[in-house]
Amino acid sequence: MATLQDFKTEEKSWWCPGCGDFGVLAAMQKALVAVGAEPRTTAIVAGIGCSGKLGNYINSYNIHVTHGRTLPAALGLKLANRDLLVLAAGGDGDAYAIGMGHFMHALRRNVNVTYIVMDNHVYGLTKGQTSPTSESGFKTKTTPKGSIDRPVHPLMLAVSAGATFVAQGFSSWQPQLARLIQQGIQHPGFALINVISPCVTYNKVNTYDWYKKTLLNLDDDPSYNPHSRPEALARLDATDELVTGLIYQEESEPYETQIAGFRDTPLVAQDWHVDNATWNQILKSFE
Amino acid sequence: MIAWKIGGEQGEGIDSTGDVLSTVANRMGYFVYGYKHFSSRIKGGHTTYKVRISASRVEAATEHTDILVALNQETIAKHAGELDGGFLLADTAFKPVLPDHVNATLIALPLADMAKSHGSILMRNMVAVGASAALINLPTEPFLAYIESKFKAKGDSIVAANQSALLNGYQHIRQEYPNFSSLTLPPPTPGDRLVLTGNDALALGALAGGCRIMCGYPITPATDIMESLSKWFPLVGGVVVQMEDELGSITACIGAGYGGARAMTATSGPGFSLMQEGIGLASMAEIPVIIVDTQRSGPSTGMPTKPEQSDLMAMIYGGHGDGPRVVLAPSSPEETFEDGYQAFNIADILQTPVIIATDLALALWSQTVERSALDGPSVPIDRGATVTADELRALGDSVFLRYAITADHISPRALPGTANGQHLATGVEHQPNGKVSEDPVNRSRMMDKRLAKLAKVHEMRPGIKWEGPADADLVMLAIGSTVGAIREAKEILVAEGYRVAISWLRTLSPFPTAEFRQAFAQARKILIVEQNATGQLALLMRQAGVFDPLRCEQLLKYDGVQFFPSEIVSRARPLLTQYAEVTH
Ligand SMILES: Cc1ncc(C[n+]2csc(CCOP(=O)(O)OP(=O)(O)O)c2C)c(N)n1
Ligand code: SF4
Repeated sequence: MATLQDFKTEEKSWWCPGCGDFGVLAAMQKALVAVGAEPRTTAIVAGIGCSGKLGNYINSYNIHVTHGRTLPAALGLKLANRDLLVLAAGGDGDAYAIGMGHFMHALRRNVNVTYIVMDNHVYGLTKGQTSPTSESGFKTKTTPKGSIDRPVHPLMLAVSAGATFVAQGFSSWQPQLARLIQQGIQHPGFALINVISPCVTYNKVNTYDWYKKTLLNLDDDPSYNPHSRPEALARLDATDELVTGLIYQEESEPYETQIAGFRDTPLVAQDWHVDNATWNQILKSFE
Repeated sequence: MIAWKIGGEQGEGIDSTGDVLSTVANRMGYFVYGYKHFSSRIKGGHTTYKVRISASRVEAATEHTDILVALNQETIAKHAGELDGGFLLADTAFKPVLPDHVNATLIALPLADMAKSHGSILMRNMVAVGASAALINLPTEPFLAYIESKFKAKGDSIVAANQSALLNGYQHIRQEYPNFSSLTLPPPTPGDRLVLTGNDALALGALAGGCRIMCGYPITPATDIMESLSKWFPLVGGVVVQMEDELGSITACIGAGYGGARAMTATSGPGFSLMQEGIGLASMAEIPVIIVDTQRSGPSTGMPTKPEQSDLMAMIYGGHGDGPRVVLAPSSPEETFEDGYQAFNIADILQTPVIIATDLALALWSQTVERSALDGPSVPIDRGATVTADELRALGDSVFLRYAITADHISPRALPGTANGQHLATGVEHQPNGKVSEDPVNRSRMMDKRLAKLAKVHEMRPGIKWEGPADADLVMLAIGSTVGAIREAKEILVAEGYRVAISWLRTLSPFPTAEFRQAFAQARKILIVEQNATGQLALLMRQAGVFDPLRCEQLLKYDGVQFFPSEIVSRARPLLTQYAEVTH
């Protein structure tokens, strides 16, 4: 069994001291150990941003793609080798701005991938511009008079787009976050875990203290039913998505098990030669 | 050789009529080349389908028509001028008129009424095919056999109705025009041949070469590749994913390539532009991926249903930064099949994006191909250099160097799932161990490595092809579908007594400079024939230092109509007559 140590690398972190991403990394590593993952069969697809550096710090197979494209890459990787545990990770800009198109379609495609969005309501790596999750009025260098865009509501979007697993965690609340990531990995389908991961350098509004005061923990509400779409949408709407916990989960059959003729053996391990009978059958249509 | 054409409104069964004729002619042992004129709409709009039938291989379009089947007067207005002594077969329903200046025999027959008498207007195509068969003096048996096999599943009555419609068309000509002299074809040479398009050949090659993941977004003229693989992949455990866009399509293929599977995407101009981002990623992170660009008229939406060869610069140099990649250029269905599987070996061996450059005419037009040229089950599959778990274990405490500097510039890959091979693959500049680095020395070494490894492609395949004498007075150079046209032009010129050769590029990038120089050393004149406005093939030659302004001439076409051999001959002949005095 792999230990926490097995999932660590010697790479020194580039993140600012206090960045929420440290907590996300720690919780991911804990979750990987908890589900019994092994570094050799774990693959992480990371996006571009401060968040995207995460792959440098986990001992696993890591592919660091272009800005916003983690989900297509994760899909392809999972199809190439369905025995891999595939996680995708990136920032809120990566996920909900440049990657929004892929996000919506990944939700309805439901491939067995766990997606961790490190949401700090701001663009970190490009040094502090507004993000799709920034609140209206948020002042940045590109919105000096305050953002006039309305923020996206990724969780409501996800639930209505056909997501089969939606959760939100907070990087400071480690046990809950690690548990949510673990549940997401164990969910047989696409799992979205939006993680509130404060940026201590460029977001002076949505700080740790601010979140601790405003976030509602669904774990404290035994009456909440995470298996009802209307209830999930109502709760997200009522709280302006400022909740943590498992928000929505439904019975799910992952994409890769529904593909006609797709085999249990990973594609990468198969013999790719076409046999004569199949070949001749295909050529018949050209006679 | 006979050129048969049918014209009418899109949605009137034009395609199926042409398909029947070309399939049956091929089965009889003739060689066919079928191509269409269509527009970006589903119903309505003028459309034509032309089939050239010959006793030897045909692979180019022609301006001339021997039999024109007109389902409306517009077809006559637009195409009767192509007839010279042939037949105009038209439906009496629209009271066809033969224009004064046209030298042809008008054969008016009640196509629609005859079809209806056999049960449905849909059988109009069978009546037309039957009448055409009579005009070419082809036997009816192969047509009847084709109908039998094609409609067997639909029941005996459907078979019988279609057969009698066809015979009705045939006999109508024989009875009403007892004294006409039919066109004739030399006897066929029966063989084991198929009719397929470049897209068919490409999908077959990919399938044979181990491609099991296809992620794409529909676009003319690439979509058939995705549709064919959707049909075939369930038989071999593969998967086609219709993605949300081309950014996703290529990135999904890159993810799959990282995972060690063989993945491909296929697109055309607008989609290709979007894929530049991913091509750069695959080039930088050294991940195999295959991209097919079935070029069409651009830029932007351009003319979606018209051929062009204007993406050469985009394929070779597109995207930001220096992003080395391999670009292959097939010119026939056989070569497209070959590149379809070989691209995957090249991509795995060189760990780089490989682009297959086809064009609309090569992609969509069908032609006769020997079955023996498509030996899918025995194509070679070479997955390139990888490290095993044992080799990785032997490393002990030292880390695996995913981007190790090696003698041949290729760093063996550790595929995910292999113990101790964990690493970071990234589009950010990196050190041999995969970790990000902006060190100037490292940067230069890594860029040099990515560039240098590509030269190996020239050991794997010929970079150029040549037909004819090495010291020809004129060599015509082209790529893609234009090669069929220069080959036919060559035949015409050779028959006129000229010393002519043709050549075509098989690998566009890296440019096969040494091979090119050697092959062209003795040629007196070079005519570069390409379908774009800026002479992109000539630009590649200039860049490689093999464009000799004293010997090179250019023929460019960018009007959306594929080259006819006749227009190439007209351009070539004056270049040759200056030598005629010398040589004769
Ligand atoms: C196509 C493209 N456009 C822009 C950029 C520049 N860029 C890098 S990271 C980033 C946004 C980062 O914000 P986010 O995704 O929220 O991640 P964070 O840094 O906050 O973790 C941008 C715009 C890029 N790398 N690629
Ligand atoms: S800029 Fe913000 S998001 Fe980036 S490392 Fe620093 S604290 Fe984290």
